[in-house]
Amino acid sequence: MSEAAAPMTAPMIALENVSKWYGQFAVLKDINLTVRPGEKIVVCGPSGSGKSTMVRCINRLESHDDGRIVVNGTELTRDVRNIDTVRREVGMVFQQFNLFPHLTILGNCTLAPIWVRKMPKKQAEEIAMEYLTQMRIADQAHKHPMQLSGGQQQRAAIARALCMHPKVMLFDEPTSALDPEMIGEVLEVMVDLAKEGMTMICVTHEMGFAREVADRVVFMDAGEIIEEADPHTFFTAPQHDRCRLFLSQILGH
Amino acid sequence: MAARARHVWWRDTHWRSIFAQALVLVALVAFAAWLAHNAADALARRHVASGFGFLDKTAGFSISQTLIDYTEESSYGRAMWVGLWNTLLVSVISIVLSTLIGFLVGIGRLSSNWLVAKLCTVYVETLRNIPLLLQVLFWYFGVLQALPVPRESLALGEWVVLNNRGVSVPEVIFGRGSWLVVAALVLGSAAAFALHRWAQHRQLRTGHRPVTWWAMPLLVLGLPAAATFSLGHPFALSWPELTGFSYEGGLTLSPELAGLTAALSIYTAAYIAEIVRAGLLSVARGQREAAEALGLTRGQSLRLVLIPQAMRVIIPPLASEYLSLTKNSSLAIAIGYPDLVAVFAGTVLNQTGQAIEILSITMGIYLALSLLTSALMNLYNHAHRLEGIG
Amino acid sequence: MTAFRAPPKHHEGPVEWVRVHLFDGVFNSILTLLVVALVAWAVPPLLGWAFFHAQWHGSTREACAAATGACWPYIGARIGQIVYGFYDFDQRWRADIVFAFGAVGLAWLMIPRLPRKGWVGTILLTLYPLVSFILLSGGWFGLPIVSTERWGGLLLTLVVAAVGIVASLPLGVILALGRRSQLPVVRALCIVFIEVWRGVPMITVLFIASSMLPLFLPEGLEFDKLLRALIAIALFNAAYMAEVVRAGLQALPRGQFEGAAALGLGYWRTTLFIVLPQALRTVLPGIVNNMISMFKDTSLVSIIGFFDLLGIIQAGSTDLEWASPNVAVTGYLFAGALYWAFCFSMSRYSAGLEAQLAEGERR
Repeated sequence: MSEAAAPMTAPMIALENVSKWYGQFAVLKDINLTVRPGEKIVVCGPSGSGKSTMVRCINRLESHDDGRIVVNGTELTRDVRNIDTVRREVGMVFQQFNLFPHLTILGNCTLAPIWVRKMPKKQAEEIAMEYLTQMRIADQAHKHPMQLSGGQQQRAAIARALCMHPKVMLFDEPTSALDPEMIGEVLEVMVDLAKEGMTMICVTHEMGFAREVADRVVFMDAGEIIEEADPHTFFTAPQHDRCRLFLSQILGH
Repeated sequence: MAARARHVWWRDTHWRSIFAQALVLVALVAFAAWLAHNAADALARRHVASGFGFLDKTAGFSISQTLIDYTEESSYGRAMWVGLWNTLLVSVISIVLSTLIGFLVGIGRLSSNWLVAKLCTVYVETLRNIPLLLQVLFWYFGVLQALPVPRESLALGEWVVLNNRGVSVPEVIFGRGSWLVVAALVLGSAAAFALHRWAQHRQLRTGHRPVTWWAMPLLVLGLPAAATFSLGHPFALSWPELTGFSYEGGLTLSPELAGLTAALSIYTAAYIAEIVRAGLLSVARGQREAAEALGLTRGQSLRLVLIPQAMRVIIPPLASEYLSLTKNSSLAIAIGYPDLVAVFAGTVLNQTGQAIEILSITMGIYLALSLLTSALMNLYNHAHRLEGIG
Repeated sequence: MTAFRAPPKHHEGPVEWVRVHLFDGVFNSILTLLVVALVAWAVPPLLGWAFFHAQWHGSTREACAAATGACWPYIGARIGQIVYGFYDFDQRWRADIVFAFGAVGLAWLMIPRLPRKGWVGTILLTLYPLVSFILLSGGWFGLPIVSTERWGGLLLTLVVAAVGIVASLPLGVILALGRRSQLPVVRALCIVFIEVWRGVPMITVLFIASSMLPLFLPEGLEFDKLLRALIAIALFNAAYMAEVVRAGLQALPRGQFEGAAALGLGYWRTTLFIVLPQALRTVLPGIVNNMISMFKDTSLVSIIGFFDLLGIIQAGSTDLEWASPNVAVTGYLFAGALYWAFCFSMSRYSAGLEAQLAEGERR
């Protein structure tokens, strides 16, 4: 259930006329999107629609070719310093978890705070244990990633991103690689995170999650944003045909 | 009532396997006995001795390069040791050089710079497809023998002199009290290392790393320098100097050693480059993305995430490559470098005719090196295995 | 649906490509300049030596003594020996037939669309070696004998490589199967055999063939020197091949063995029809890489007195008739180019195989 509309403050993330090409093929076409602090956006759409690419542009894992991207006041350009600043404020959770197998879970969580935020090791470990407890895997802290189940690994990945105290959390299909019985535990912690007021952009097919948590649902197809509305409107009265078709495919079964 | 199958012993799987193995063993023993009989016969006919007594006999030939004392009156056994040390010498030098070059080329192949990547690819694809023996001959006969005579040597200032007698560099002569300077060097290195550990500890404790980059070279070089001055320069450098028709003084690497080292290093580096490249590529792409998403710089993500994972994949084939290099050093016989095979399985075998003993010893030595490497590799794999489920 | 506008001008095109690939940042720019400087310093002299200042015509050493570049007439004069060794001049047509059939057979196997590869492969492995041996050594059908001592050059290199490769595959498969056998004696023997041959340098193996093997033969029985070397090389290569095949066997999922056993297939039938086809296909690139190594290793026979391609070139470099400083290097470069051509083609083929197999694996 979304909160009352946030007061008019400067946007946390602003994408203005963002376009990206692979060769001659346009994968993002004049994307315009604004995200206010504390807002939760769910992005959905058929595969190949560019939703992952758009999200990965926000922390410069991919670079945009036209338009502007501004994150928390910093514009994303080729300037390395800007990129580093943005990456410190933005946390990302991947579909394939991408935990570092040669470090323990605790090691995974403390690596960036120690080396990027220059935190003392003890302090980093305390913060890490707090988040690991929040993710309900505190007892796994000294194990290696391959010893955990998929659901536990993804929760560890979320904790790792949170340890950097990001202002924004990006989720790129976080539950798509999980067995069905583990999707629930990951969505649970994401819901808790949303309730605490974190700004989130989440690419997912989990429509139940969208209904419960999203302030806005964005539908993308073929590189464009087709439909953008609050969850209620989006699910009951979508305006565009392509969106209706997509919803019927997703929700039909 | 159920019929009972007749249990015949020759269809029983247990007895069949025992029977088959017994057959194999008997055949093998019979074959070995026949071979031994032939050999004893043949050796007697040629009036060749048997046994390992020859190892104590006088060698009667000289060796051009020795790391240990050896004269014509030394025994065959001693000649074997000379050969072995020479093998180890050329192998160790080549291993160090090839690793340096190989890592650079391997990382270069993955560079985002198109020119660098192409150049490294050309290097690897050219050298891996030409026989090593040809490369050895090229370096020795084509390059080193083609160097000018000492009177017209190529020289890099006064430091390196290249001519067809070899490569000469200045030699350090240790005078009185020089051991103190060496001790100072060791002390300085230890102090620099301790400083490094202290800085690491500080960082983990407080998050900030003290600036140490200027202090470490100061310790490593400054302490020995201070010792040198205060002791009145106990070192002397012996420069290679042209006297008459050749160079005297300094340290000279024979053209055989130089040629073999050059060929071995450059050839093996091409293989090491491929191993390094495969190791770096084996680290999943998502690892680099996750590291970058967390804000780590390129250097940090290489150091903390990518290289530790890549080394696991690199080290085992790297050890195999080192072993290969050591075995390949036996090509020394083609250019007259006195390694184990050239001295022992070459000259000594020709003089004594005791092929069986000599080749067995030679093969035994290489086998021992192989097994040692395997054992060390198993230890490394066990110590660095990734903890997994089950 | 209207197409979206094209990417902005600066996005693509040669200028952008150069910027991204060559001058991306300070470090890369410096590297690019260094590499360009290196190439400019090294390549023109090389080209000059090999082509522009080289001597192309002439038939004696005087022609080459004056030149500062490569001495190509030397190669031209010696090409007969380089290809055939000391094979009788008027019998060289026999070697030509062997070359021609071999080339046709190989091409047939490699060009994708030609049919009946199975037949061609079998002929190549059975009938062809027999006929080639008869043709080359003679003594049958009225062909004069050419002793193996006269075989040399590229002919000898290809013979040694072919025998080594063809013999090592079945031997290697047997060794690999033996190493995984349930019978402890067989397994132990295979492990010892493989580890011993893999742990020693090839040169010692060749010494065994030339010095030690004659001792083990009964009096009066003498093996042709080439045959001895071929046996040693085949056994040596078989050990390496065994390890490659073993990797393929290990990669096969256990379910394959279980499925075959459930169907009632015995050990040999399972191995022949189920296990080997899959295992060999998996490690085909590794097998071809092994073949490349074997091809290069044939050059070592020059050390025990054979005049293969490298041996002829090396012998020629001390030839008094042509003695001049550039002759040796010209010879090495020519031999190097020949070896490189063979090995690089094989490695390209192997890469192609790998790509084909990977495509097949992708679900």
